[in-house]
Amino acid sequence: MPNLTQIALATGFGLILIGFYGALTRRSLLRIILAFTLASTGVNVVIVAIGYMRGRTAPILDEAVTTTTAVGRIIDPLPQALVLTAIVIGLGVTALMLAHAYRLFLRHGTLDIAAFRELKW
Amino acid sequence: MVKRLFALGLLTVFAGLFASLLSGYVPDAELNPSARYYAERTAPDLGAANLVTAIIVTYRGLDTLGEVTVLFLAAAIVGLVLGSGRGIHRPRPDGRPAHDPHSRHSAPPPDRSAADRANAGRPDEAPSSAHPPVGELLTTGSHLLAPLILLLGVYVFANGHLTPGGGFQGGAILASATLLLLLAQPGRQFSHRLISALESLAGLLFVVIGLLGLALAGGFLDNRILPLGTLGELFSAGAIPLISTLIGLKVGAEFSSILASLSETRHYPALRVQADADTESAAQTRNQPADHADGEQP
Repeated sequence: MPNLTQIALATGFGLILIGFYGALTRRSLLRIILAFTLASTGVNVVIVAIGYMRGRTAPILDEAVTTTTAVGRIIDPLPQALVLTAIVIGLGVTALMLAHAYRLFLRHGTLDIAAFRELKW
Repeated sequence: MVKRLFALGLLTVFAGLFASLLSGYVPDAELNPSARYYAERTAPDLGAANLVTAIIVTYRGLDTLGEVTVLFLAAAIVGLVLGSGRGIHRPRPDGRPAHDPHSRHSAPPPDRSAADRANAGRPDEAPSSAHPPVGELLTTGSHLLAPLILLLGVYVFANGHLTPGGGFQGGAILASATLLLLLAQPGRQFSHRLISALESLAGLLFVVIGLLGLALAGGFLDNRILPLGTLGELFSAGAIPLISTLIGLKVGAEFSSILASLSETRHYPALRVQADADTESAAQTRNQPADHADGEQP
């Protein structure tokens, strides 16, 4: 019986693989962007899962988790802070990719990456 | 075909790496030294109950400053990339200001093709007319919900040092109110001047508070320029609530600016007309693939 951490890690790795597969094989720019978003979600899931520790609670101090008992009762706060950053930046990057895709669509009338020949050699 | 095989081979390599990582993973039984430091020292040193917010705002405050800068750049480039389609191709003939109060409330026309014709003829007129009319429920519901959503966003970032939340989450909630208003009124023009003023003011104050920390306390973005107070109260943890409020406003303004740029972009047929008018033959000589453009052809 796999525990929660392993399930979450496997889900995250699976999302990364699905994202890579989509980014490598699809030809529509929209789907490639979607695949990138999936892969980055997978990375976030993996990082949060690594920070998880069995039987512990969120890194917020209150009556139940006082300053003195915190070391034994909370999980690592650092991966959560990192993922929070990564989610926000990921949203900005996705918006940027979509805006560029839109401009490419205006210029070429298609989102098929085979039609974009400017950077081919 | 070769490409797909290559991709599959690469994925197999990655899958093997991930499998070995997964099978060899042993979760920690104890907090590692840095996490132990955060767990032990955050409350006495910074007075914040939420360790994640303490890390984001104070311990790694410089990273956060960089991050909101990255977000600002992303928002600015989205505005630039999408905006150049309007401004450069066809400048406004009469120099009318962009925020025309009359175009905001123009009634939606009865039929869509008439709207497209109107837009094609006068691309700068009444962007709302390009959309089908929205329902009564959505309009009324958005009027009811938008202030509540804004209030929730403010709550989330003002209590970021006590409860789950913080500047980024609260800012995203603020921007979701913008999104709701845009859905309810697709042609709505948000004041870019207001958004950018809010955004730059929040950024400026963020840096000023950081410099105050350098002058009055231990270093850049040190939160102990204000009294730490009692752990668990709203006015505690020094400058952390202040900084996360500023981050929330800045992030909310940046996301709202991205959303506004996206919504103000003309839909495809109108832009197609503009692009064709400028580059007459470029699009015609190229054979157009049929996908992606179905039903959008004028």
